[in-house]
Amino acid sequence: MEIERHEYDVVVIGAGGAGLRAAIEARQQGKRTAIVCKSLFGKAHTVMAEGGAAAAMGNVNSADNWMVHFRDTMRGGKFLNNWRMAELHAKEAPDRVWELEAWGALFDRTKDGKISQRNFGGHEYPRLAHVGDRTGLELIRTLQQRVVALQQEDEKLHGDPEAYLKVFAECTITQLLKAGPDEDSPISGAFGYWRETGRLICFDAPAVVLATGGIGKSYVVTSNSWEYTGDGHALALLAGAKLINMEFIQFHPTGMVWPPSVRGILVTESVRGDGGVLRNSEGKRFMFDYIPEVFKDKYATTEEEADRWYNDQANNRRPPELLPRDEVARAINSEVKAGRDSPHGGVFLDVSSRLPAAEIVKRLPSMHHQFKELADVDITAEPMEVGPTCHYIMGGVEVDADSGASSVPGLFAAGEVSGGMHGSNRLGGNSLSDLLVFGRRAGAGAAQYVDGLPGRPVSPEETLKGAEVEAMAPLSRTGGENPYEVHHELQRTMNELVGIIRKAEEVQEALEVVEKLKERAANAGAPGGRIYNPGWHLAIDLRNMLLVSECVARAALIRQESRGGHTRDDFPVMSAEWRRKLLRCGLTPDGAVTIEERDQPSMRDDLIALFDRAELSKYITADELADFDTLVKES
Amino acid sequence: MGYKAKFRIWRGEGGEGKLEDFVVEVNEGEVVLDVIHRLQATQTPDLAVRWNCKAGKCGSCSVEINGRPRLGCMTRMSTFEEDETITVTPMRTFPVIKDLVTDVSFNYKKAREIPSFTPPDNVKPGEYRMQQIDVERSQEFRKCIECFMCNNVCHVIRDHEENKPAFAGPRFLMRIAELDMHPYDVADRKDSAQEEHGLGYCNITKCCTEVCPEHIKITDNALIPMKERVVDRKYDPLVWLGNKIFKRTGSSSSSGSKTS
Repeated sequence: MEIERHEYDVVVIGAGGAGLRAAIEARQQGKRTAIVCKSLFGKAHTVMAEGGAAAAMGNVNSADNWMVHFRDTMRGGKFLNNWRMAELHAKEAPDRVWELEAWGALFDRTKDGKISQRNFGGHEYPRLAHVGDRTGLELIRTLQQRVVALQQEDEKLHGDPEAYLKVFAECTITQLLKAGPDEDSPISGAFGYWRETGRLICFDAPAVVLATGGIGKSYVVTSNSWEYTGDGHALALLAGAKLINMEFIQFHPTGMVWPPSVRGILVTESVRGDGGVLRNSEGKRFMFDYIPEVFKDKYATTEEEADRWYNDQANNRRPPELLPRDEVARAINSEVKAGRDSPHGGVFLDVSSRLPAAEIVKRLPSMHHQFKELADVDITAEPMEVGPTCHYIMGGVEVDADSGASSVPGLFAAGEVSGGMHGSNRLGGNSLSDLLVFGRRAGAGAAQYVDGLPGRPVSPEETLKGAEVEAMAPLSRTGGENPYEVHHELQRTMNELVGIIRKAEEVQEALEVVEKLKERAANAGAPGGRIYNPGWHLAIDLRNMLLVSECVARAALIRQESRGGHTRDDFPVMSAEWRRKLLRCGLTPDGAVTIEERDQPSMRDDLIALFDRAELSKYITADELADFDTLVKES
Repeated sequence: MGYKAKFRIWRGEGGEGKLEDFVVEVNEGEVVLDVIHRLQATQTPDLAVRWNCKAGKCGSCSVEINGRPRLGCMTRMSTFEEDETITVTPMRTFPVIKDLVTDVSFNYKKAREIPSFTPPDNVKPGEYRMQQIDVERSQEFRKCIECFMCNNVCHVIRDHEENKPAFAGPRFLMRIAELDMHPYDVADRKDSAQEEHGLGYCNITKCCTEVCPEHIKITDNALIPMKERVVDRKYDPLVWLGNKIFKRTGSSSSSGSKTS
């Protein structure tokens, strides 16, 4: 079959926030750049981000700065974060947000005309730049329109709007191409197919930026869209790169629970940031019972103090509804298990008794719309029913913090598909800023890598042949397994056995199921032709979902502690020893998942010095604490 | 609680196709897209439908349901009678790729024809100062999820292929209005709205507003005010004279000059 071929300097896979920001950067640095995405341009999962982009601009509370943001991020991730990423992120987020404004974004304003900032879980000060509760849409539209602006510039300069930046929409990459078979052989391109026509396509390019988002479609109850099949995670593994922190999955505390068909759809944390409270079936504001030891001095212990905080943050502690997401999700899970759940198995999230109706509609327009249209619930008059939903994977490709480079030369990653930045738990609002900061850095890293290359790596013809056979196989297996059934079973398995609360024997059982599903997926068939055939597309995506699910389960089995987005029923306590370890997934040449323990690099002296000894002592080992004392004495 | 619903769905590719009948299970609280997914999983694995977020936020699953442009993910089954046959067809204004999926490239082409946001040269990132009340007008239009149903329903192009080259459609005329109302945009968009993007074709039948899933008042808040701005420019002798005498200096003019 004929394979369409294109030559680029940089191929960006994924057109959400990270992918678009990376592509914009590569193009601004003069590189011929392709953006390849599974959906239409402008539809990526980033549109669903609601709350905002965290950036310590200090517009609402001038006490905010990058150091406070850095500390909040490390705390939220339970000190497992890649500290260099957390540092770069906190320092650069304001510039990335301001840049969007110069590209036409219209954020909500403060009284003095600056970008307004809202409160969010785990952030000490109001920090999230936002547009009502549709910030992700604003972000993606602004980046999309920036791409168009650059194309208009290129049209003027070169007579062709797509001379330096072209979007390949509804196109799926199935394999990364390398110049040789070794783990450190450089990237030479990417192979895939057009969803619309089924035609095969090959990019010859020395640099690839993965910006494919997450893995949520391996779970039944998820806030993620169909695109989240872990493509970038799997492509990276198959190309020889490593994944870290795969055991850490964020279950967002508040997803819709009813009606069944919308179960999992996100209810923004802004509801709580703007005053909404969680209650159980007995009407109790239960979060006061779930403030963990490490956060005891930062959260209010009475409703009165919590309510005063919204207007006077200097003299009161934060409401416990605004604890980091992992804490709130576990608390809701416990209330439901204890039988104090709402009629459809969640808890109540109430903003109707907290703000005037007009204010709710103004601040939370898309939540108001979503509940009215999908659940017949008027959130200005009655509480919502909510429960945890699979939302975000902290784990991903192990990258160099400054450039986004993976261990494979020419392969870069940014956004959710990369790992490290958020440690064991991501704070709300840190995702949109992550996309911008590290999208830009990965685009720049790729451009710089291309500049330093003596020649362009070439893909051997036989790898192309192999990629073609793999992509076309499901179409020829007309009597094969139904890919939809395999997918549903994987989703149920991961949800039930590797969900919020994990146990060794259940995770073991999940691994056995995944093993069987791999065999079934290898035999999945797709009746019909090549033109826009969703059964075929799903059969191909199954490989990625299964590979990533196996990484999640294997890492979850090994980590014998509870931290952030990984809670072990059989090891309920956080361990300072485990904090020093990262679990790093790789693949053997014959395709088996391997996991090795790696040491977590120690924080740079000036960064660890930003923390109190008392706080550090809750997280780090006695040896580490002794080093800290020496450091403080010397300075 | 569950029942069997009758669906009639347009199937085909390459310019040919027909309506096919299906009987499919429906459960409480489901939307039309859920039912289409059930058909894929149980009866027709290759049935093509475009979708993404399934929460009314991405604008991918635009189809026509009983002849009305709707998002499949936001159309609840409870809005139909149980014995009603529900007909789902692709958007009519755009060429069909397969089944319910259309080629919407017209919209992306038009998007590229609208000159981008043009800020003044002398304002640096971080220095922008705008009042909430001044950003709200454009913010309404930026709620657009680009489902393209307004362009699909607009009679100027729905049955008039020949108008497509000269008409940007409500979506992108609204984009011009959005930029024109942006406190910091200094580009002059009024003449081009009329002459290059076909604002004059719009005769304010408000079909676009009616189908907008985001409830944006496209006609009242974007198109009519834009028409008024164009008219002021074209026929107001004072504006005409002013333009002749105080020729605009393009990008160096301050943002303050753009309020109206």
